[in-house]
Amino acid sequence: MNKLLFRVIGFWILLLPFHAHAVLTIEITGGSEAALPIAVVPFGSEGFAAPEDISEVIRNDLASSGRFAPLPKSDLISSPHEKAEINFGDWRLLRSEGLLVGKVSSVDGETYQVQFQLFDVYKSQQLIGKRYQVPASGLRRLAHQISDLVYQTLTGEVGVFSTRLAFVTDMTASDGKKRYTLEVSDADGANPRSVLQSKQPILSPSWSPDGERLAYVSFENGKAEVFVQEMRSGRRDSVAAFKGINSAPAWSPDGKKLALTLSKAGNPEIYVLELATGKLARITHNSQAIDTEPVWMPDGRELVFTSDRGGRPQIYKVSADGGRASRLTFEGRYNASADISPDGRFMAMVHASNGKFYIAVQNLTTGTVQVLTEMGHDESPSFAPNGRIILYATEQNGKGVLAAVSVDGRIHQRLGESGSDVREPAWSPIRK
Amino acid sequence: MFVSQHGRQLENNEKLGVVQMKLLKLSAVLLSLAWLSACSNPLATKESDADLQAGEVAVEDRNAESAGIEGENATGSDLGAEAQVIVGEDEFQGDELNDPASPLSNRIVYFEYDSSSVRAEDQETLAAHAAYLGDNVNVTVRLEGHTDERGSREYNLALGERRALAIRQILMLQGASINQFEVVSFGEERLAIEGSDDSVSQQNRRVEIKYLGR
Repeated sequence: MNKLLFRVIGFWILLLPFHAHAVLTIEITGGSEAALPIAVVPFGSEGFAAPEDISEVIRNDLASSGRFAPLPKSDLISSPHEKAEINFGDWRLLRSEGLLVGKVSSVDGETYQVQFQLFDVYKSQQLIGKRYQVPASGLRRLAHQISDLVYQTLTGEVGVFSTRLAFVTDMTASDGKKRYTLEVSDADGANPRSVLQSKQPILSPSWSPDGERLAYVSFENGKAEVFVQEMRSGRRDSVAAFKGINSAPAWSPDGKKLALTLSKAGNPEIYVLELATGKLARITHNSQAIDTEPVWMPDGRELVFTSDRGGRPQIYKVSADGGRASRLTFEGRYNASADISPDGRFMAMVHASNGKFYIAVQNLTTGTVQVLTEMGHDESPSFAPNGRIILYATEQNGKGVLAAVSVDGRIHQRLGESGSDVREPAWSPIRK
Repeated sequence: MFVSQHGRQLENNEKLGVVQMKLLKLSAVLLSLAWLSACSNPLATKESDADLQAGEVAVEDRNAESAGIEGENATGSDLGAEAQVIVGEDEFQGDELNDPASPLSNRIVYFEYDSSSVRAEDQETLAAHAAYLGDNVNVTVRLEGHTDERGSREYNLALGERRALAIRQILMLQGASINQFEVVSFGEERLAIEGSDDSVSQQNRRVEIKYLGR
């Protein structure tokens, strides 16, 4: 009876898949002077009104990226919804380079027809146009997909508006105890939902390459253990619960393995776990040093990790089969928490200087290091799947918030969240 | 966070120690009552007594400790909760462990930034714990390693373990044996005090010695 009670309390974990609360909102905090002017005309509407304002979602997406400067609505001199209604001369006067128009129609309020056209104003030419039929519940997601198409057409880079963010929040409940929640939201911070809630800390979420699963560390059994959870079904498995620390999971690019940190041999070392078989391969053998925070190079052949084998935390690289590690970071006394851009060219990391912690990016070809942030409480960098933006955790008024910075350091964004402390961000891969 | 709120008001460590003891005793009584009403097994109550006197973050720890004893920990699953309680009645009550004047009442060891070296002023405390463990070979302790909130969370998780292992090493060199220890790191996930300025950080970089019973 006693045991049962312990189990009930000790495993007090709720799965609340659609418990939406605090919404993250993105605000640009600086550096978008090179943004491309674009006119996003409110979409026309026929029949039942749509539950989502598609053109507004697109407009916010484009603005939040810092790469576009949507014209203020008051400047829109006319409201065309298709090519025949456009007078390109008007839009040239407004110096808008792109023009997005579209319409939404529904005969029953359940299924919606959506069409859009993107024009090059100076050439009076359609760049892309598409028509869709979606259920009402799919309108918001469709809006993000259209944003991706617009972004890709005008910048030549992959858009990430349809992706998701995972992060951890904590708040003090009415009983005075902390509640930790692993949440997933859309890339714009909208639609947040809890995927795991616990009375014990949660950290280090990591997306599988197909975006279907999250690996993370949970203290629900009294110490750090690694779990893998399926996003759709909510099913979760304990994958590492050895004696000592089980932490820092990172998916291999093929989705078959997890690199992680285990201290079961008495000291934190990097291991690679083959998920299908449970086979465990030890990668590092440095019994005096902390080796942790492994991440994979995009080709899956090498791992990058943090180690204090040289006396201070620095970042090293080692073959995914083990062997001799080589040091990657030489600037500063503290570099940790590496993340590698999807093209393998850049490494984001936490870089300490004068006792403060910043997000920096190192060019892996030239070795050049650029410090990107200024707050001084910055941690947990995570690349967007297009490699353009780095999401990270920082502090504002003593509260944990998420922020983002472009890899060139010019565009800064903050994701404001009300209520709870937010941290440990992980940007999902692109939905296939 | 019962104790830490008071900790913010009192900067003096020694003063904190005395108040902490009182608060802990009070909360132990309250928790015992709560626990009694939740579970009629008096043995479980005793166990929460021992836990509470061992440290702070009283209520929240219950779950972790219950799960630990129930789950992955070999000592816990072999002996079960009931065995622990009997020892608790025989030895813990009126025992020097509960004497606020004894160096054993000091259950927290602090560290410098990014360091796992023990400071000179903690040697006496550790010697007392080592001697007690050496004399009471059936008593086990959990060493909980913690860090301040600066820097990488994962690195800090490893650093917390290194600190706890450093304390274990010292206690073993002075007479305790390896099977008397459980080691767990919380990294920066359970700050004693919220915040990141130097005086706060200093109190977060710590190992807590928690007596578990047998």
